[in-house]
Amino acid sequence: MKILVCISNVPDTTSKINFTEGDTQFDTNGVQFVINPNDEFGLTRAMWFKEKQGATVHVVNVGGVQTEPTIRKALAIGADEAIRVNAEPKDGFFVAQQLAKVVKKGEYDLIIAGRESIDYNGGMVPGILATLLDMNFVNTCIGLEIDGDTATAVREIDGGKEKISTSLPLVIGGQKGLVEESDLRIPNMRGIMMARKKALNVIEPVDATQPTQDQKFVKPAAKGPVKLVDAGNVGELVELLHNEAKVI
Amino acid sequence: MSVLVYTESLKGKFKKNAFEVASYAHKVAQDLGTTVTAVSFNAEDDASLGTYGISKVLKVSDDSLTTFNAKAYADVLAQAVKGEDAKVIILSSSVDSKFLAPILTAKLTAGYVPNVVAAPESTSPFIVKRTAFSNKGFAMTEISSDIKVIGVSSNAFGVVENNVSASVEEYSPSLNDDAFAVKSVEVDRVVGKATIADADIVVSGGRGLKGPENWGMVEELADVLGAATACSKPVSDMGWRPHSEHVGQTGKPVASNLYIAIGISGAIQHLAGINASKVKVVINNDPEAPFFKAADYGIVGDAFEVVPELIEKLKEFKAQNA
Repeated sequence: MKILVCISNVPDTTSKINFTEGDTQFDTNGVQFVINPNDEFGLTRAMWFKEKQGATVHVVNVGGVQTEPTIRKALAIGADEAIRVNAEPKDGFFVAQQLAKVVKKGEYDLIIAGRESIDYNGGMVPGILATLLDMNFVNTCIGLEIDGDTATAVREIDGGKEKISTSLPLVIGGQKGLVEESDLRIPNMRGIMMARKKALNVIEPVDATQPTQDQKFVKPAAKGPVKLVDAGNVGELVELLHNEAKVI
Repeated sequence: MSVLVYTESLKGKFKKNAFEVASYAHKVAQDLGTTVTAVSFNAEDDASLGTYGISKVLKVSDDSLTTFNAKAYADVLAQAVKGEDAKVIILSSSVDSKFLAPILTAKLTAGYVPNVVAAPESTSPFIVKRTAFSNKGFAMTEISSDIKVIGVSSNAFGVVENNVSASVEEYSPSLNDDAFAVKSVEVDRVVGKATIADADIVVSGGRGLKGPENWGMVEELADVLGAATACSKPVSDMGWRPHSEHVGQTGKPVASNLYIAIGISGAIQHLAGINASKVKVVINNDPEAPFFKAADYGIVGDAFEVVPELIEKLKEFKAQNA
């Protein structure tokens, strides 16, 4: 089985978000970048398939040269090879078209992406990719087993979960649940050393459409101070929620 | 040309988000000088959509579509888009809509913007406001493709009545076996309880509650309010509560009208996930907890005293306002 894990290079979850150049760009100043958490759960599940079922695992990222430390981290965790499509990820449709080219060329059986990146939250790359390639697709995936060409997946739904049966080739929009938080791997020194020798192939982008464009960013309006209610007067909170906030 | 909406239903009943997307679509149709067509799947009361500004309902009645199937539903919607010459398609930001929308987008070579929080800022060029950076910011996004797909956030635009008379037409799209290559085997859904995605009110507990045995009062508070229950990441990581209740940046997003956090300190990742909620209340014994900076109302105090008292006061309130 040949697996491609799509990784996004995103600001660490604790990052403060600021904008620059007249609020048209995300300000990367002082921001630590990491593998998108939803993708990291998928990458860890892919490592399980590598170790238990002999799968080959490649990772791909669409981004400039500045994303290479994040790609190297994925190699240090255990991916066999990496591909970087040398283009700014302009929008989800653009990125999916770049990935479609990579998948066709590499003849992958299983493509694991995150359900969304925690920066632009588009949540569309895996679904567009699957549809462009006419592959099966399961989103918000929290469990995945592969047996030959048969796949059994569990998908999170509003208010519960759904068991799904499908077949390879398959695209997954994954999230926490594919593996647990405690299963995530911190690269060790041996992994980091080995990652330096692994192939990181840079390829140029294909011409692609970009139907959406972020014109401007806005920070949430500053919030007024919290209104404190005395612990001995809980009834006042009920009154405020009813009369002032009008939510009960 | 027209505006098309996907109206979600469960067991024949429209969900609240169906009325929200209908309301939003009516606004867009007014701006564009056109009308709204809805596509419904095995729903019972199709004519009721007229209340929210839907002029025409394409009613799909098909036993093979009883359970949501993203690809099959996207096939149906794509056919309806072509038949109606729709240029704008509106869906919700539910898990199902977010599954279906990218498939539809690729079929139509459309531009898709999810998590939209307000009516379009302009329709020429077509610009919408959406959340980005996990609710730490907003983006004004232009869609330049001929066909546009918009995912509306829950509790953002709201439900607006615009009474029109809705004509209901039976609609029988053609579907081949390929559409069902991803099959639902079993659906395991909690019944009779508000879900985090749909609930107007969410009551959430954190590590401050000390252990899973103390969740009784959280559930009772949720019961009194008709709320969904949720929890912070450490609570789900420790197995006190199921993962499906984990809300925050890597868990479920919350966009409720009222979010009550009990014993949650308010880490930046947690706040990112719940920030889209309109009114936030925090109950915590540590006045320095960061949540107090993000909340609208707060009580500094022992949750084990405050919460039972709050339940009593709410019961009295309900009794008076019943």
